[in-house]
Amino acid sequence: MKENVLNRMTLRFPGLPDNERFARLAVSGFIAPLDPAVDELGEIKTAVSEAVTNCIVHAYRGTVGEITLTVRLLEDSRVYISVKDKGCGIPDIAKAREPMFTTAPEEERAGLGFAIMESFTDRLRVTSRPGSGTTVTMLRTLRRGRQTNGG
Amino acid sequence: MPVAIFYDAESRTVLAELSGDIDHCSAASLRAPVDEEVMKRLPLRLMLDFENVPFMDSSGIGLIIGRSKLITDLGGSLIVVNPKPEVRRIMELAGVGRLCSIVFNEHRTLIGGMKI
Ligand SMILES: Nc1ncnc2c1ncn2[C@@H]1O[C@H](COP(=O)(O)OP(=O)(O)OP(=O)(O)O)[C@@H](O)[C@H]1O
Ligand SMILES: [Mg+2]
Repeated sequence: MKENVLNRMTLRFPGLPDNERFARLAVSGFIAPLDPAVDELGEIKTAVSEAVTNCIVHAYRGTVGEITLTVRLLEDSRVYISVKDKGCGIPDIAKAREPMFTTAPEEERAGLGFAIMESFTDRLRVTSRPGSGTTVTMLRTLRRGRQTNGG
Repeated sequence: MPVAIFYDAESRTVLAELSGDIDHCSAASLRAPVDEEVMKRLPLRLMLDFENVPFMDSSGIGLIIGRSKLITDLGGSLIVVNPKPEVRRIMELAGVGRLCSIVFNEHRTLIGGMKI
């Protein structure tokens, strides 16, 4: 199905911890014209933070690699977000998505990132190939009616 | 300064006032000073104040779980204070309430000289 994209942006940045905050702020700035409610904005920022952090702590463990963040604003106040890395990949996606599953318990990871992304978005898709990377895409519809150009 | 730490000898309580976003980037710098104070004082209670935390993700959940383990191993308990609605939402999702009590006090009073 061909989607009508009203606005879009792509950011490429190295997987440095400082960029976790940057990614959250970039997404919240970009979707601001849709006038999301406070709770919606908080949830979207959290989902983005989870996806970007996973690239930094898991995909590029011990190294710093490139992260690509894409946001598209679709019709009917829908926000599409994709976070892509070229890191180690996930061997068993179903297992990785289970709540409390983590491969880094010694780093005080709760294994809740995917569970949070799932509950804070309407759709979460994870595609991954070991050795070549992972892409996480999320779709979230905002409660507000139709978006206008900021007004 | 992302964390201010106080100790009340009378109630044997360590209070850590956290501030700013809690994510993977900031978690380590919050963890170290809190753990240091806990190991020095061996308190009965560790209070983590979230009043000035506008954002938290799963790294904050990891931080809470880790502090809960630490204080529980020492025979003490963890109390989470004043999380904002967005932060509370993620705490509820993670079931943090099973590990510690979450308390809200709008009007801070003075307990043993400590701002609580
Ligand atoms: N981009 C990625 N590249 C490689 N592995 C990943 C990636 N994202 C997630 N994983 C794997 O999936 C597991 C689960 O991820 P999830 O975000 O749910 O939990 P976590 O990151 O381990 O802990 P938390 O997010 O609670 O700090 C991770 O432990 C890791 O093994
Ligand atoms: Mg994670």
